[in-house]
Amino acid sequence: MNIIVCVKRVPDSEARIQLSDGKTSIDPTGVKFVLNPYDEFAIEAALKQKEAAGEGSVTVVSLGGPQSAETLRTALAMGADSAVLLKTSAENPSGLPVARALAGELGGREYDLILFGLKAIDDDQHAVGGMVAELLDIPSASAVTEFAIEDGSVRADREVEGGSEVVELSLPCALSITKGAYEPRYPSLKGIMAAKRKPLEEKEVSLGEGNETVRLAPPQERAAGRIVGEGPDAVPELIRLLREEAKVL
Amino acid sequence: MPGIFAFVEARDGEIRPVSREVVTAARSVADGLGEEVHAVVLGGAGIGDQAGSLSRYGADRIFVGADEAFTNYSVDGYARALAAFIREHGCSVVIFPASSMGKDLAPRVAARLGVDYAAECTALEVEGGTLAAVRPQYAGKVFATVRFPESPAVLSVRPNVFQPVEAEREGALETFTPERAGDFGSIVRELKAGSQEARDVSEAPVVVSGGRGLRDPENFKILEDLAGAFGNAAVGASRAVVDAGWRPHGEQVGQTGKTVSPSLYFAIGISGAIQHLAGMRTAKCIVAINKDPDAPIFKIADYGIVGDLFEVVPRLTEEIRRLG
Repeated sequence: MNIIVCVKRVPDSEARIQLSDGKTSIDPTGVKFVLNPYDEFAIEAALKQKEAAGEGSVTVVSLGGPQSAETLRTALAMGADSAVLLKTSAENPSGLPVARALAGELGGREYDLILFGLKAIDDDQHAVGGMVAELLDIPSASAVTEFAIEDGSVRADREVEGGSEVVELSLPCALSITKGAYEPRYPSLKGIMAAKRKPLEEKEVSLGEGNETVRLAPPQERAAGRIVGEGPDAVPELIRLLREEAKVL
Repeated sequence: MPGIFAFVEARDGEIRPVSREVVTAARSVADGLGEEVHAVVLGGAGIGDQAGSLSRYGADRIFVGADEAFTNYSVDGYARALAAFIREHGCSVVIFPASSMGKDLAPRVAARLGVDYAAECTALEVEGGTLAAVRPQYAGKVFATVRFPESPAVLSVRPNVFQPVEAEREGALETFTPERAGDFGSIVRELKAGSQEARDVSEAPVVVSGGRGLRDPENFKILEDLAGAFGNAAVGASRAVVDAGWRPHGEQVGQTGKTVSPSLYFAIGISGAIQHLAGMRTAKCIVAINKDPDAPIFKIADYGIVGDLFEVVPRLTEEIRRLG
């Protein structure tokens, strides 16, 4: 069972996001970067599969700047076997160029499964997983909370509106994992030490063009709200305001 | 005439209401570009029966690809058939709902067409014959304006943002034979739980969210009662209570959950961590109920009640029922 997990380095979800002077990128000053939380689920899912199969390998691949090597070391410390960094100087590249570069790398490898996180929590695009699958011409499913491999095919539970659906896929395939059955393990001290000796290959990639981000803007400020009152006696006034002022009832 | 492609989403043989929003978004782009709206639905036999009503929201032509093979959703099968349709008809803009299916499908369709994709757009603007899309990033901490250098422009629109607008058209129903080659690599075998009626937190017009202030998972009953009183509401949850295992991840609102834009959002017993605020700040109206008057949630709420949620919420439920 050879599994490839694609991961990304992103600002922590609690980070305050400030824009750079040009207003087309964010200012990374003082921002803490982490392994994308959804990718942690994907790594955990890969490790569980490998453990269940009792053989095989988990390879983590990331596309990004030189600091993404740290992110890959975190994945290695969790238990992945080897890592590949596709190094680029492009800032916040768009989905298609990233997917093309990843597909170019993965197409030359042997794999049974390619796992992604549901989405990266920086650009919120949920684009790359499905695009890579299409470019490699393999089946895919996104928003997977749990999956099992039986007789050469995959049964995956996908989160859908108000419930879930069961998708059957032939191998090899690509899955984008969301929170569900795969609570990520913490790297152990032993894992962190071992990660330093695991192979991490770096390759330069050049990216093509995609959609153009013309500008970034902070969200519109919400007008200051007001405290309607204290305790249950404030409820009738709240109802009145929702009906007459906000007109949402 | 090239058309604005509007994807009509069907699940379990039923056209989903979010499709009306997609047609409405397509209508506004079509008016800006001087083009037609071409609504396209895939599904099993009989799927076209419900599609005619989409003309009411501005579909000029409605294309029905009914084929038994498409009864159950297959992401690769649908992507192939839709990409072939888009190429053949020369669609200039392709719009999906940012629903579970749309988000699964749109990136594959875009890659198959050799173009990029913009997800979860919250505004579409046409200026001088060029389309620009506004979309949230960092779960709403930043909004990006995106242009599409290649044609077609493929994008998805966030549910609840483009409210369906009636714009009656003739809406001729036409059939087409969806392209199909060999077996599908992935196919939906079963729909577990979930139904047409179940409201998802990302699509409900009213969301009632609870946080740690609820103190115990069983206390979410009072939020379910409030949601029930509205009739069209979904229950949401903060990351803290999802991480604690009180509520399923499908209900989580915030940066590692769903980003929602309902008309009315209740934050109950939620202090308002930055990653939660990012997920709900585009709600039209926000109401916060919290016993701590200094909770950050009050800074972005339109209306706040300071008090014990166990007293305030039941009273609110009672009043909403009375309006019923």
